Amino acid sequence: MRLINSSLADRVGEIIEASTADFVAQCYELYELPPLGSLVKTKNGELDIYGIVCHATTGSLEPGRRPIARGRDEESEEAIYQSSPQLSKLLRSEFSTLVVGHKTGDSINQYLPPNPARIHGFVFQCPPDEIREFGRSLGFLTLLVNTNLPVAKEEIIPAALRLMSQAQEDSHSFLVAAGKELAVMFGGQYNQLKAILGRLK
Amino acid sequence: MTDRLGIVVSGSLESGVEVKLDGAVSVEDMAVGRYVTIEGQKQRYFGMITDIGLGVIDPRFTLTPPDISDPFISEVLSGTSTYGTLHVLPMLTISGDVSSLIEGPQPVKTVPTHFSAVNLASQRDVELVFGGEDEKRFYVGTPLDMETKICLDLPELVKRSNGIFGKSGTGKTFLTRILLIGILQKSAAVNLIFDMHNEYGWAGTSEGGKSVKALKQLFPSKVAVFTLDEESSRRRKVSTDFVVRIGYDEIEPEDMALLRQTLNLTEPAVEAIYQLRRRLGKNWLQQAADMTDSDETSQLLKELDIHESTFGNLRRGLATISRLPFIEPQAPDNVVARILEYLDRGINVVLEFGRYTDITAYILVANLLTRRIHARYRDRMEKAMGEDTVKPTPLVITIEEAHRFLNPEVASRTIFGTIAREMRKYNVTLLVIDQRPSGIDTEVMSQMGTKVTCLLDNERDIDSVLAGVSGKSALKSVLSRLESKQQALIFGHAVPMPVVIRTREYGSPQSYRELLTTGKAEGGEQTEKDIEELWG
Repeated sequence: MRLINSSLADRVGEIIEASTADFVAQCYELYELPPLGSLVKTKNGELDIYGIVCHATTGSLEPGRRPIARGRDEESEEAIYQSSPQLSKLLRSEFSTLVVGHKTGDSINQYLPPNPARIHGFVFQCPPDEIREFGRSLGFLTLLVNTNLPVAKEEIIPAALRLMSQAQEDSHSFLVAAGKELAVMFGGQYNQLKAILGRLK
Repeated sequence: MTDRLGIVVSGSLESGVEVKLDGAVSVEDMAVGRYVTIEGQKQRYFGMITDIGLGVIDPRFTLTPPDISDPFISEVLSGTSTYGTLHVLPMLTISGDVSSLIEGPQPVKTVPTHFSAVNLASQRDVELVFGGEDEKRFYVGTPLDMETKICLDLPELVKRSNGIFGKSGTGKTFLTRILLIGILQKSAAVNLIFDMHNEYGWAGTSEGGKSVKALKQLFPSKVAVFTLDEESSRRRKVSTDFVVRIGYDEIEPEDMALLRQTLNLTEPAVEAIYQLRRRLGKNWLQQAADMTDSDETSQLLKELDIHESTFGNLRRGLATISRLPFIEPQAPDNVVARILEYLDRGINVVLEFGRYTDITAYILVANLLTRRIHARYRDRMEKAMGEDTVKPTPLVITIEEAHRFLNPEVASRTIFGTIAREMRKYNVTLLVIDQRPSGIDTEVMSQMGTKVTCLLDNERDIDSVLAGVSGKSALKSVLSRLESKQQALIFGHAVPMPVVIRTREYGSPQSYRELLTTGKAEGGEQTEKDIEELWG
């Protein structure tokens, strides 16, 4: 496998479930999740697959075993983890990501890649200049709008755009352009549009 | 630079095309009457904005409006969910290829394809359509919000009768003055102006009461002022060239027939005039007016089968005429011959009415003189055609209050009706000035070559001015939204498409200088002399 040239410091997790449209990654450290709506990427051979974090969970390693409350005699929440150090091994944080595009060679395509991501693929947070480059086109919005997501679109879309706008030179005009794109897509759904625009600011 | 406005989204040739404005363009920056170009796939179209509207993508926007006090929301929604629309009437095609450069802009025969880009017309486009100022074209004004000059092809203009319309106080007189100067400078025609309110000869007043120079002051060598009221002219310090007196014997029954309405004559009274003329000969008017209630008179009336009350009605009418101070038993000079003499020398004649602004005097004199002048022109023209000699100089006769001469009742009988219909056959055309175009006979209106109209707000007047024009309903909205000052809609023979202009400035020293220098280009030494005289 080709060496991944992104810095290991940007690594946020490892894929544990993958399909054409999305992948789920587990974080290496408990609670060290990438923010909702952030742009992440993974590699599949020559292919860079981009995804937007659209859901995150933290729970027990074993599906049948639910955590129990342990803090009755503890002073603080941190104390619980200190007195039961095994907890950080029994619990895990995961996030699911919607695939919004891929990069072949130098060109970024904002549609689904030919192959899904691979299990155990590393997931990296995209650096600002890559986010800026990705944000030159708004085609990914179609994927966000038209996929059934575990969280309401009115949340994911503004979250993703807000984060992406921070990497832009002119974040206001980026948001306006994205808003206009959304206004066209949500032409018949005024209420949804209003909710999204309200969260974009 | 092209100022992109939006794209064509629908429409038809008949009703014009709908344009969706881009988000960045505000409807508030648009104006009805402005020019746009449409970049079709095969040719460019030149059109005029005739309506502006607002659209929303979803009717719910209108029911629960978004919070547009938030600049972000309003910026996002404008041009996407809410947008402006323009209604554009394509009028001409202006393609850049060789054949179209030679033939000039052509009338549209189709519409641009879907989503063709619409731009504000550039100065160059407007020039391409209306042509620059040259020895034939005269600068009359600028299009709205542009500095380009709109020029009229004056030799073409004077080939037909034309009309200037507009409510009182909308600048008809200023426009007329400008046009007359244009005709004087750029066409081979001479003007005869029946100047009811003494505004065209020496000086006129602007709405603000300021005095403005008129034709004779600007072009002393090309204009002669005739007056009916010497005293008034003298008081106004007008240098007149001739005092007009009309002899009783010059008034013909036809002149009286036209005055039927203003003199309140009955039909039988008009009939009686013809009978009296036949019986009494050339001096009928004086004789009829002098008749006393003698047996001799009743005998004559009986012979002519004229009823006593009819004669009474007629006498009252004749008394009104003979009270006009410029009517004399014997005129010292032949006015018609004098006017023709000036016109033949290429000198424009303005006939001032002084204090006699009474419509009776105006109709009588205008009709009387025009009929004779027209007859002379016709004779000369026929002679010229028969003998293949030089035709008389084209003559443009300017009349005010035209609906009095050209209303449906009298249009068929007056000489003005004839001139309007005959058009240029005899090299005499009319420049009609009126504030109630609906009062003018439709046949006469339909024969007018070019119509210049300032603001009109009466529905019937608007309809009559625009009768028979393509895109009438669209022009209607333009016409009724003209500003009440300095704006006019021109359409017809002398312009390739209807055009709204802001009339060129008239009244400041600078404007006089400009008017004089435009003539200078081909005017020769005389104009130069005029300028010297004027500026010392």
